[in-house]
Amino acid sequence: MNISTDTSTNTKYINQDVVEKRMNTRLLKNKIAKGIFFASTMFGLVVLAILIFRVFSQGISWINLDFLTGRLSNNPDRAGIMGAILGTLWLMVVVAPVTMLLGVGTAIYLETYAKKGRVHSFIQANISNLAGVPSIVFGILGLTIFVRALDLGGVVLAGGLTMALLVLPIVVVASQEAIRAVPNHLSEASYGMGATKWQTIKNVILPAALPGILTGAILSLSRAIGETAPLVVIGIPALLIPFPGSIMDRFTILPVQIYYWTIDAALVAEYANLAAATIIVLLIVLFILNSTAIIIRNKFQQRY
Amino acid sequence: MGMLTAKEKVKVELQSESKVETVPARDKIVYDTKNLNLWYGKDHALKNINLSVYEKEVTAIIGPSGCGKSTYIKTLNRMVQLIPIVKISGDIEYRGRNILDKAYKVEDLRTRVGMVFQKPNPFPKSIYDNVAYGPRIHGIRNKKVLDEIVEKSLRGAAIWDEVKDRLTENAYGLSGGQQQRLCIARCLAIEPDVILMDEPTSALDPKSTLKVEELIQELKKNYSIVIVTHNMQQAARISDRTAFFLNGEVVEYDKTDTIFSNPSDKRTEDYITGRFG
Repeated sequence: MNISTDTSTNTKYINQDVVEKRMNTRLLKNKIAKGIFFASTMFGLVVLAILIFRVFSQGISWINLDFLTGRLSNNPDRAGIMGAILGTLWLMVVVAPVTMLLGVGTAIYLETYAKKGRVHSFIQANISNLAGVPSIVFGILGLTIFVRALDLGGVVLAGGLTMALLVLPIVVVASQEAIRAVPNHLSEASYGMGATKWQTIKNVILPAALPGILTGAILSLSRAIGETAPLVVIGIPALLIPFPGSIMDRFTILPVQIYYWTIDAALVAEYANLAAATIIVLLIVLFILNSTAIIIRNKFQQRY
Repeated sequence: MGMLTAKEKVKVELQSESKVETVPARDKIVYDTKNLNLWYGKDHALKNINLSVYEKEVTAIIGPSGCGKSTYIKTLNRMVQLIPIVKISGDIEYRGRNILDKAYKVEDLRTRVGMVFQKPNPFPKSIYDNVAYGPRIHGIRNKKVLDEIVEKSLRGAAIWDEVKDRLTENAYGLSGGQQQRLCIARCLAIEPDVILMDEPTSALDPKSTLKVEELIQELKKNYSIVIVTHNMQQAARISDRTAFFLNGEVVEYDKTDTIFSNPSDKRTEDYITGRFG
């Protein structure tokens, strides 16, 4: 344990003169590195700012009560997006419960019941793979199974189930993390009193993991209502349909409407403004959803 | 590094000097451990444990870190099986039935054998709900019955007077010592036969430790208690019998007075006189 502290031999390995000579170069390199990383950060922010500025300058003057509550129309001055807003809400009505049930169920099974082993790692790896599958592939899946095989047609239920599958991995992974973050000593206390696994999950693990699960669920919802490709594949009509009143009605949603207006802007120039105005509405909805998720996360974080 | 030789030496010594504890017939055995072996994967953590726990006594388990004392106490309510890589052989008879038998439902066992953990671990719920947790999972819904159980358990854990006016407050507002006594109350609420305590005072300050120790003395009138402690003075103060664990083996198990005044094994003497550990 004795470390030699003998300093009688006065050989120094670090030469102060050399250190001073190199000092300026070292500090300069540090400054350059800082500059590069700052520029990387700013690049994304600036592009975002330009995008938002353009969208707002094009679309803000088109947003009014008639636009928000009106029906779709070929005439840009009379077109409204109430149908797309209602369609988005109906889509959430399907996506939220389906992803919560399937996603949280999967997470509970994997984290508490499943034996950790090869099968477990295999499932886990495939959930990650699923998260990386392009959304259009899910669209084709939805078209094949829900629209054609089950013969639902392009209704809210078919679109919602497709979107639910698309965002399922997000909910599963977020819920798994939330469940894993519940300290072991809490579940041990419950098991120690003779509680079954399910009683422990219901009374201890889920209440503690709920904020994390909700955060994941809301983020997945905001992903779902921002996706376009799967619904275009399923065959969402472009224009002129009645407002959806149930999950068995045909529908459109905000991003799909943006998509059609943008490609049709070549025919009618004002459609570009309508698209911009719809983007603003969509961004506000997404902003509200994401803020809610952040608020929930911060409010309930680390109570134990 | 000479580690292996040292281990082998211990083994050889144990074989040559192995003593079987003679049991006075009048004391009732609660737990009878026979030839218990336990592995974490390839790590042989408990080696041939033979040990009897007696009714309405405090049995202390002492030994240096990593000697298997916590593993042993967690085997008594099969909590150790929460770790997937654990393998067990041998018998642990609780009131005459082998708890390592697959047919023995672990939920049933843990209703009779409560546990208090090293770190106070109340639920993030109200004081009332913490204590009522056990009775509720065992199906008691009647509010009046629950009220009675909660009061009785909190009184039993000597914390009633401190919390009776704030039962609806979150248990996290209590001090560490109060939280640990709340956990003891929560354990009493399932009306156990045995209470296992895994270093229950190691996270507490001296004053809280004293309170918990006094409480243990009170509890042993009605319960059989097994306590793991790394504090030898604590074992000497509160226990009736003491088992000294070393490297996964029981070196010596005897009346506490004998262990601390006249140990028969050199290693026990070295440990309790502070020469190692």
